[in-house]
Amino acid sequence: MVQFTLPKNSKIRVGKTWPKPDAKNVRKFQIYRWDPDTGENPRLDTYFLDMDKCGPMVLDALLKIKNEIDPTLTFRRSCREGICGSCAMNIDGINTLACIYGLDEIKGDVKIYPLPHMPVVKDLIPDLTHFYAQHASIMPWLETKTNRPEKEWRQSIEDRKKLDGLYECVMCASCSTSCPSYWWNGDKYLGPAALLHAYRWIIDSRDEATGERLDALEDPFKLYRCHTIMNCTKTCPKGLNPAKAIAEIKRMQVNRVV
Amino acid sequence: MRYLTDRKRAVGKGASGTGTEHHWWMSASAVALAFMIPTWLFIVGTTLGADQQTVISTFASPFPAILTALIVIVGMQHFAKGTEVWIEDYVHGTAGKALKIAMHSLAYVIMATALYALGKMVFIGLLLGN
Repeated sequence: MVQFTLPKNSKIRVGKTWPKPDAKNVRKFQIYRWDPDTGENPRLDTYFLDMDKCGPMVLDALLKIKNEIDPTLTFRRSCREGICGSCAMNIDGINTLACIYGLDEIKGDVKIYPLPHMPVVKDLIPDLTHFYAQHASIMPWLETKTNRPEKEWRQSIEDRKKLDGLYECVMCASCSTSCPSYWWNGDKYLGPAALLHAYRWIIDSRDEATGERLDALEDPFKLYRCHTIMNCTKTCPKGLNPAKAIAEIKRMQVNRVV
Repeated sequence: MRYLTDRKRAVGKGASGTGTEHHWWMSASAVALAFMIPTWLFIVGTTLGADQQTVISTFASPFPAILTALIVIVGMQHFAKGTEVWIEDYVHGTAGKALKIAMHSLAYVIMATALYALGKMVFIGLLLGN
């Protein structure tokens, strides 16, 4: 059943307010904090940063807070250029990558939460175990039955172009965690990210398991829980279009039977 | 507590092998209804303010009668299959199954009642010599 309210132990309380720096250009940050070891409810801590001494991206601010104010603040980050997908979080109500989301894009206070509707490991770190397992379940690799060619599997320029807009996905989970269908049925619905990857392999001209891949998606929940509300496309920090990829899979499924 | 691997949880019971037919039916019936309902509303509009005998004779004639029957049959099936999807979205377990049965039953009751009413109008219309 859909949850309309947060469970008692997930309700967010007001947290600690850290001292304000003596500066002109100060900005307020409200950040979700939860430590499983304390047994306490999540809280929203308030930090203030001197923006004249802070980098332009949200990740710069988070790193500044961690390095200079509160070393216990926990979040994932790695490449800081939108390639690794580690720093996906909910910033100003939008699931995106902290490293490529500019602070100037946010009006007023900066509110940062972990990706929605996922179990939280700590602070801004969601548990993506199931998300990754779903990605693995779509067999994200080239499946072939023909004997391996002497050199390489050849692909025309036109066929290679079909993979553009798909292969760029960094698996940050911003799309899947913005999808209400994934919130309510994430145990069975594969979600936009896994389906975008599924489509990437379905249309790969070198792949010889197209039928098996479509068979594996022929299910009211795995594929057809997508109702094309397009939150995934709106939120994708890489500008990809998972909703279109899902629509293409549906079209291919229909073309098989009609 | 179950010691299942992450992959086993993700794969679950596997693909059921259904879904496309439902998707295609909903798409096709939506397009059909998009044409049928405005036409039907236009016919209803022509009878507004008319006396009972005129209304009955209008709906007893072949095109309005067949169109009304089609809207009732296709529309109620569309309703039943559509509610099935939102129930699956939001209500899980036994409550979801019970609600789906209830909504399908409701759709068929409405369909039967509407077809009975339409049949009665057609029958009366024929008796009146339409």
